[in-house]
Amino acid sequence: MRKVAIVGTGHTDFMSDAPKTEVEMFCEAGTEAMQEASVVPKDIQALYCGNVFGDFAEGQGMIQSYIANELGCHHVPATRFEGACASATLAIRDAFMWVASGFYDVVLVGGTEKATAMGTPLATRTFAMGSDAKYEFPAGITFPAYFALLANLYAYKYEVAMERLREQMSMISVQSHFYGTKNPHAQFKHKEITMDQVSKGFVVASPLRLLDCCPFSDGAAVLVLASEEKAKQLTDKPVYITGIGQASSPKMSAQAPFLPRIRARELSVKQAYDMAGIGPEDIDLCELHDCFSIASIIAAENMGFAENGKGGELWEKGETKIDGKIPINISGGLKAKGHPIGATGASQTCEVVRQLRGDMAAEGRQVEGAKTGLVDTLGGDGIISNLILQTGV
Amino acid sequence: MEYKLSFKEYHKALMKNKLMGLKCKECGTVTCPPQMSCSSCTGFDLDVTELSGKGKITTYTTVYVAAEGRESEAPYIIVLVELEEGPWIMGNLYDLDPSRASLDLIGRPVQMGTRIFPGDKYSDGPAARPAFRFAD
Ligand SMILES: [Zn+2]
Repeated sequence: MRKVAIVGTGHTDFMSDAPKTEVEMFCEAGTEAMQEASVVPKDIQALYCGNVFGDFAEGQGMIQSYIANELGCHHVPATRFEGACASATLAIRDAFMWVASGFYDVVLVGGTEKATAMGTPLATRTFAMGSDAKYEFPAGITFPAYFALLANLYAYKYEVAMERLREQMSMISVQSHFYGTKNPHAQFKHKEITMDQVSKGFVVASPLRLLDCCPFSDGAAVLVLASEEKAKQLTDKPVYITGIGQASSPKMSAQAPFLPRIRARELSVKQAYDMAGIGPEDIDLCELHDCFSIASIIAAENMGFAENGKGGELWEKGETKIDGKIPINISGGLKAKGHPIGATGASQTCEVVRQLRGDMAAEGRQVEGAKTGLVDTLGGDGIISNLILQTGV
Repeated sequence: MEYKLSFKEYHKALMKNKLMGLKCKECGTVTCPPQMSCSSCTGFDLDVTELSGKGKITTYTTVYVAAEGRESEAPYIIVLVELEEGPWIMGNLYDLDPSRASLDLIGRPVQMGTRIFPGDKYSDGPAARPAFRFAD
């Protein structure tokens, strides 16, 4: 296998009610990434796109083909990835393999989504399609309900008092909004929140309240991937993808032997750690899938940053802050940056790349000396993909 | 290979308050809801078996924001129940004012009944769903 680098990044503003179409958002982020990488459309050999609800949001299926051609990448093979919220990370993992194998030298990969066009009731319905339609949706499962079930199970199984877990969850949302105000692309770039606001919001699915939940969002993020040889011609700051992982879960009830652990994440991240030859102690920053506050705690444990039942202590002790032991979601995370689901994994990856290149000083949120970053994306109730990114390797 | 217990057959039994599952001839594990392979050893040699519908609550949530078309159901309680025979299944609890659901529910014994989700424009027809009541 050849080494593969990320040589260009593009990221639109994340927001509600975007004035652009899904194709337009992808193409704006795509041209930004191509300019950064000094490539033009004819250099792009294939395109990979995460997009989940274009069919429902805009009545647009097979968006990838239109994106490729509007962007000027005429007739290149274009493939859409659907893995709910993990779609773009699956796309990046596959794009990596096509370049690593030697089949392509330069590819474009990203995601786009316009979730707010659906409105909350339809979006709640379509997001629930990331659960088992025949055996679990009939009981009224929603995506917040999935994590609410995990939160109550977590409190019971690990004997963490609900009052304390409630406080930890609030801290996570407060921290995410704090860093979100430093991210010019964040949906909530103007909105800091308090512990009190989180704990008094209306209940979506007990014990999760409004500010425990990420918003519905619109936006796109795109990357240019290149082989090592090509990358050296294009940039003096290549960021290499040194580890990849992906794993699947069964329906929620069938995950019983492991819950509230998400076993697929433990397996996926191990693949990525083993491939890169590193462990959780080597990670300088992590963008993890904080679709709900409790999801952050479970993810941090699954990835080895804390023992099971102790993930919340990372936030209590400030270890997840920019100068802490394991800085987490210094972008604002899904909670404050926003969660345009088909784009989320590309956004997380874009964020880590820019941190590893040292680009974030101007925004006042550079993780000093970061060399190794971890991307963690969860789709529905259990498609997981992880990426390890490194500089100076 | 044909399914030993298809969704349609499972659903038909559930409509009559009967919970059906699959017992593995290799390892004895009971899988429910049904699927192609044993949830434990992945074997395909499975016997259809009727389950008791008895179990205990392992976790719960009260849902206040429902999906499109199901708003009138909220608030409602979702539970995961560990059945006597081993597997967990998802259902609802209708024996309690949803606003009073608390962690005390975990461990409570329950008995299965059923209600019907009539389906919506995205689902391929109706689906019976386990609806539990307290058994203690
Ligand atoms: Zn078996």
